[in-house]
Amino acid sequence: MRGRSAPVLGLLLAWSATAAEIPVSERRSGFDAMSPDIQAMQQDEMANPGLLWLQDGADLWGKAPSPDRPACAGCHGEAGASMRGVAVRYPVYDAATAAPIDLEGRINACRARHQGAAPFPRESRELLGLTTYVAAQSRGLPIAPPDDPRLASARAVGKALFTQRMGQLGLSCAACHDDHAGRRLGAALIPQGHPTGYPLYRLEWQGVGSVQRRLRNCMTGMRAEPFANGAPEFVALERYLMDRASPLPLETPAVRP
Amino acid sequence: MARTLISVPKTAEAGEIVTIKTLISHPMETGFRPGADGRIMARDIITDFTCLYDGEEVFRAETFPATAANPYLTFTTRATRTGTLSFIWRGDNGFEQTETATLTVT
Ligand code: HEC
Ligand code: HEC
Repeated sequence: MRGRSAPVLGLLLAWSATAAEIPVSERRSGFDAMSPDIQAMQQDEMANPGLLWLQDGADLWGKAPSPDRPACAGCHGEAGASMRGVAVRYPVYDAATAAPIDLEGRINACRARHQGAAPFPRESRELLGLTTYVAAQSRGLPIAPPDDPRLASARAVGKALFTQRMGQLGLSCAACHDDHAGRRLGAALIPQGHPTGYPLYRLEWQGVGSVQRRLRNCMTGMRAEPFANGAPEFVALERYLMDRASPLPLETPAVRP
Repeated sequence: MARTLISVPKTAEAGEIVTIKTLISHPMETGFRPGADGRIMARDIITDFTCLYDGEEVFRAETFPATAANPYLTFTTRATRTGTLSFIWRGDNGFEQTETATLTVT
């Protein structure tokens, strides 16, 4: 086989972003393009390894952080009732900090404000478990962006980040996910880039990761410096990506190659 | 203790072939990968899995460094009597975990 990286790079540099947004009727989850065996793995209640994290989250939901502080369940009761329909709205506007907040951020805010406990680190088993557990309560529900004017600036920032060129290859997210979705990049099929399944189990990671971890992977691929964990830029991107994905159904915990 | 998910039908008819599925949380560190400090990380894998049906071995598998993390195993056995299925995973660093489930034969 002759060296493949040079032509691929050449192709990438030739791509210019025309940034035509994908019409609602043409939005497709990355699930649709996966091989049947990975689709089956996601849908099988026993084979999907994301469920190991979900069970961790279910345990944490019912566990008091200290004897004098309530568990998540102490205030929110049955997650199946109280958390259904929550994840499909996130990120939302958080009045306490006057800033947009994503689901991980909200869970950590509850720990700090209502449980007097230290926040869990991003990508920790605990935070991934709780986020998976909360998000999975909305599995199958359509992504439903909140109609909140206080999110307008985050939406604009997210869209700008999505369409602007960044990194040494001069690529934008849109160059791949709007303009070249469905085409191949080496062995990988470029999906439309919808965050419908997070946190999800990625075979390449051999574990569950957050949407921000996925975005860091894409930014590294663009040879751009990824934003810090939990950075406002990432929350803004998440907001725009969820707008762009609606009304696809939530799949958490999904499986991806 | 590693988290496990086990699926066994609650009941089966005598003579019926039942499908059993097991999933266990484990890193399956190959022993070939360098860690953040550049040194090879020690191998830490599950090496062997056994299923006993009332103490009698009905399924056994060896697993290797090439096995993916969080190994998922599915197999079948013939339901003969109401009894206990034991699932035993063994591995590096003295790893050993046993889970049980009851199969009721009607
Ligand atoms: C002492 C009561 C209390 C505890 C304990 C608590 N929360 Fe909350 N939670 C709240 C309140 C009140 C809100 C509304 C927003 C706010 O005030 O922060 C909320 C909001 C939320 C939301 C957003 C719901 C929405 O509709 O947007 C999520 C998700 C959440 N909590 C998850 C958790 C998790 C996970 C835990 C455990 C780690 C937890 N909460 C522990 C009181 C609590
Ligand atoms: C060079 C092309 C390319 C660029 C540029 C790129 N991505 Fe991706 N992206 C991919 C590929 C390929 C995948 C799927 C990877 C896989 O499954 O192996 C992916 C996956 C994703 C996913 C996950 C979709 C799913 O189904 O889980 C999201 C979300 C995403 N990208 C967002 C972004 C954002 C935001 C940017 C800009 C910061 C970006 N991508 C830049 C190629 C790209």
